[in-house]
Amino acid sequence: MLIFVIYSFISVVFAIFSAVFAGESVVPIMSILRVVGQGLLFFLGYAILPAGLIYILIKFDQYFIESPRQREFVDNAIRYVLLGTALSCIIIVFLIFLFTMEESLLSIEEIGIGDMLTGTIWRPGSIIGTEDAQLGLLPMILGSILVTFGAVLIGVPLSVGTAVLLAEVAPRIVRETVRPAIELLAGIPSVVYGLFGMVVLAPLIRNIDVPRNTGFGLLNASIVLAVMIIPTITNIAEDAIRAVPREFKEGSLALGGTHWQTIVKVILPAARSGIVAAVILGIGRALGETMAMIMVIGNSIAMPQPLTNNPFTLFLNTARTLTGNIAVEINYAAGAHRSALFFTGVLLFIMIMLVNSTARFFMKSKQVKQ
Amino acid sequence: MITDQTESIISKAKNKRNLKRQNNIQILGYALVWLSAIIAVAVVFWIIGYVLSQGLQLINLEFLTTRPAGGVSGEGGMSTTIVTTLYLVVLTIVIATPLGVGAAVYLVEYAGDASRESKLVGFLVKAARTGVEILAGVPSIIFGLFGFALFVSYMKLGFSLISASLSGAALILPTIIRTSEEALLTVPRSYREGSLSLGATKWHTIFNVVLPTAIPGIVTGIVLSVGRIIAETAIFWVTLGGSYHLPESIMNSGRSMALHVYMLASETRAFDKAMATASILIIIIILLNLSINIISRRLTARVAGKL
Repeated sequence: MLIFVIYSFISVVFAIFSAVFAGESVVPIMSILRVVGQGLLFFLGYAILPAGLIYILIKFDQYFIESPRQREFVDNAIRYVLLGTALSCIIIVFLIFLFTMEESLLSIEEIGIGDMLTGTIWRPGSIIGTEDAQLGLLPMILGSILVTFGAVLIGVPLSVGTAVLLAEVAPRIVRETVRPAIELLAGIPSVVYGLFGMVVLAPLIRNIDVPRNTGFGLLNASIVLAVMIIPTITNIAEDAIRAVPREFKEGSLALGGTHWQTIVKVILPAARSGIVAAVILGIGRALGETMAMIMVIGNSIAMPQPLTNNPFTLFLNTARTLTGNIAVEINYAAGAHRSALFFTGVLLFIMIMLVNSTARFFMKSKQVKQ
Repeated sequence: MITDQTESIISKAKNKRNLKRQNNIQILGYALVWLSAIIAVAVVFWIIGYVLSQGLQLINLEFLTTRPAGGVSGEGGMSTTIVTTLYLVVLTIVIATPLGVGAAVYLVEYAGDASRESKLVGFLVKAARTGVEILAGVPSIIFGLFGFALFVSYMKLGFSLISASLSGAALILPTIIRTSEEALLTVPRSYREGSLSLGATKWHTIFNVVLPTAIPGIVTGIVLSVGRIIAETAIFWVTLGGSYHLPESIMNSGRSMALHVYMLASETRAFDKAMATASILIIIIILLNLSINIISRRLTARVAGKL
């Protein structure tokens, strides 16, 4: 009965929204009111009987007395239900692994893990239809690694500097304005960063005078990604710096060290493992980023190469990340191609599991030391 | 004697020079640290300011209440995407909250005793904790891939609201579990003991005493998750389809606001409309962050007042 009430409520909500928002022009206010009124009448008509029954049942419930056995039974049953919910996460992890592995078996059989990991050509034959598919993932692996490297290069100094400022240097007022700003950075949707990269950064980068420089590519992606990992690294690094015992700092200051000497020679080394963990978690976040990367990296399937003789122009070239490879092609892929995309997912999953467990290892070693 | 004196003079001079040098280094260090923070904050304001200044010009009632025209034109408003996002958020939260809060309750209230009682349960609890840790680090495209394989293809739900919100629920589950766990841990032990000593069962204690006290913390977790669902794109790109029509039931395909931004920018190159949609997204995220700050400030005030 409760289900019936909920069902009729949901269908009314769907109907009202369809009437108000689905049109191609603005709906006049009177017709909106009419639809809402009709919906409410419909809901009342259908829900009044079940709701009354539920109300009566609840009223009568008070006149029944629970026996101790019944209480114990309910208590135990709830306990097992809760254990079930607690296991939901590990079940999901297991299902993720099962399904991505199962889907990627076809490509592992047909092409082989070695060929996929070292192949330099990505040409899914299913699009063209006639040619043999060549499904080498090396360009995407390199693309992911390069863009993450670039993001770390730009993002880590900024975030560790900010963390030191927030934890040690800044007065309270600055801290309380900077921290919400950094937190806001974590909440902004990745497509907004991608849009910003497309509209603002790409024209700026295009100004660098190198042939075939489109503005999209590794440099653009690295900058966007660096901004996206700043909140992750700053937060964890700040916590690590704050966790350094006061005595360390006081001892160094008492010996006559300046505040800066104390920061560099005592506090940062003591917080080292936490900061390393922060950077590694940032790397994990960078490897997993998808939509912003598709929007700014150019998505070429060729091996990333320098545009001219200058090796630095490598970063002006376009590339594709592992995540982007999945997102760009999964919606229309079939057969071995689709399976190879799932293998990309398995590869990404394993890489990120490795990265995250390294970070956890560093965090644990910090806890043990204290 | 003389050499001693000269030495001490020299060392004093050295000391002074050293002190001065250290002082300069300190100023330089501070400057670098300030600079990095200023750059970081400037980037925040640059991005938000740019998107808002470009986007807000386009927003009017017509843009908000008409549907996207579809095709490659990029014409039309964004009404259906707002409603779809709303559906998606409600559905995902409805799926994930009972699971997440239940898991947190078990891990905080039952796990300790239960794992001492039996080895199997102890093992399961450890597995559950590991599961939360792993799931929290899984990138969203993997959730998308999983949802695509399990819900869209294997269970034949197709590109639909239900596949998208099931996959989205997997994404926010660790967030809800962690924040709820923290909230439950702040409930003083004496509350539980008081209730138990009055003869209430464990579940009665949890449901009537512990959970009501922990609600502000749990709500923080839910608001955080709402933010993540609104911001999420990769999962919905591979599970929600992207139809610009309004979904008429949970089995229909749709398009969330973030997905709309992506499609406008990448497929139709209608950057102005994308900016307008993005500015609405940013405003929502700012409001959510503010509400989290208010809730947590109240929470700390209450805890401080009570302890």
